[in-house]
Amino acid sequence: MALFRRTPIAPLEYSRTLWMRLWVGLVMLFLYAPLFVLMIFSFNDSKRNVVWRGFTTKYYEKALGNDQLVEALVNSLTIAALATIVSLMLGAVAAVMLWRFRFPLKGAIDGTISLPIIVPEICMGVAFLMFFAAIGWPTDLVWPFNLGAITIAHITFCFPFVTMVVRSRLATFNREQEEAAKDLGAGEWAVFRDVLIPHMKPALVAGALLSFTLSLDDFVITYFTSGPDTITFPVKVYSMVRFSVTPEVNAASTILIILTIVLTAVALKLQGVKAIAETH
Amino acid sequence: MAEQDWKSNKRVFAAVSLPTILWVLLFFLIPMAIVWVYSFGENRGLTDIEFSGTLENYKRATEWLYVTIFGKSFAVAALVTLICLIIGFPVAMAITFASEKWRPWLLLGIMLPFWTNLLIRTYALMMLLGTQGYANKGLETLWGGASWFRTLVGMQPLPTWEPVQLLFNNFAVVFGLVYVHLPFMVLPLYAALDRLDRSLIEASLDLGAGHFRTIMRIVVPLAAPGIIAGVMITLIPALGAYLTPDLMGGTDSQMIANVIERQFKKANDWPFGAALSFLLIYAMFILIALQAMRKKVPEVH
Repeated sequence: MALFRRTPIAPLEYSRTLWMRLWVGLVMLFLYAPLFVLMIFSFNDSKRNVVWRGFTTKYYEKALGNDQLVEALVNSLTIAALATIVSLMLGAVAAVMLWRFRFPLKGAIDGTISLPIIVPEICMGVAFLMFFAAIGWPTDLVWPFNLGAITIAHITFCFPFVTMVVRSRLATFNREQEEAAKDLGAGEWAVFRDVLIPHMKPALVAGALLSFTLSLDDFVITYFTSGPDTITFPVKVYSMVRFSVTPEVNAASTILIILTIVLTAVALKLQGVKAIAETH
Repeated sequence: MAEQDWKSNKRVFAAVSLPTILWVLLFFLIPMAIVWVYSFGENRGLTDIEFSGTLENYKRATEWLYVTIFGKSFAVAALVTLICLIIGFPVAMAITFASEKWRPWLLLGIMLPFWTNLLIRTYALMMLLGTQGYANKGLETLWGGASWFRTLVGMQPLPTWEPVQLLFNNFAVVFGLVYVHLPFMVLPLYAALDRLDRSLIEASLDLGAGHFRTIMRIVVPLAAPGIIAGVMITLIPALGAYLTPDLMGGTDSQMIANVIERQFKKANDWPFGAALSFLLIYAMFILIALQAMRKKVPEVH
């Protein structure tokens, strides 16, 4: 009876005990059930959202036909892409600075760089609101320059995460490689480009994914930083949820959830499930 | 190999340090400094603010109303953290001791909601918890079942089901915050448990301690740094949470972030909002300092 022959549960195989499985299963249900219900009901042919009235994609048509919503989504993706690129450069450079050099006030600078991770979102939102009001940041610029203020704010809270991830990766770097490259005649820039960057690559991919999702996710800071004519996806969804709950929100949310899943899948393809799981 | 002194290669040091330092100065420290300066100012008319160095804003923050809101925010954040710890610890244990094949997927399963937009997760939860939502439907079915069972055993059936108000109250805020912050707790717990020396657990089990006792006496003390990290990582964002209490809370479940927001949008009292937001930042610093002090104590002895 090979089918029923199981190896007995070893003392440390906690995850094979029934209780643990039940607990993990319930937690996963708790985490995913709301999202699944939301996604399923985006196809529901009913305005009231509660009873299943048949399959429809009309709310997707509505959401995609909603110019403001589409504009908000395009804005959000643009900001996320720009913020990711700059955060990667800034974060990598900062990580190299902290990893390679000894300099005065190093502790203070290190601490200040990681402050945006700790300072509550609401306080940073307020700070950017006051900052851009104080310097008189122009509000009526043409796209995509009107997104400048939000992008700057996003870079400020994204790049410390990149620094964190890259720094822990650099800790495993064998400096002899760098010396070997230099002995063979490579200049500083060549070493950076051909030795250090390839070593940092997994951390850069993880950092990019982190920045992109953090930027796409942010509501509070954007809410305070955005002008009247620059709306992002979370800000738009917020006003839709706040003032009129329509199935359109479900459709729009489902699109974003699928985007997140696609991004995760791309990262999995690039790095493998193990590397992704280890980066956080 | 030791770090290089910045003087030995000033050109490279400038290239890697200037962009970072300038950015942090320009787009983080200066904005923060503006908030700080504002917190000592007062409103003069609708738009003018005079920076008079007054402590009036901080004095106002000690009014009973604001003290209770601060206290309540702490209480809610602490409760959320505790619930996350209780729910998250077994999950982290399960992931740690899962097979090589399963572990990354379980981790990914915890992380995927973490990557999903916070607003969308909050909205999804609101759909579920609404008076017409599935939580109420489920409870109604249970109620109906209980009623049917009572008639079966010859008792009076229960009164007809009234939908429970699961949204727009304190329960909803705690529930929503637990929902969005659970991954914050599980990931650091996993990181700590993963580093644990398993032979210690085996030794404890071999010497006759039960699983529960082993976990409480061996695993928890050894994983203490990770538990503290998880508590901090959950407590800090929960304390400053804006979206969940705003969307899921009622009028009596506002947290400190909502009060700050109101000063900037509706009340148009920027100096007072600035003072409140700096008080929140100070609270974070105190929490972090307490944690740092705790770490130092064993070294002294």
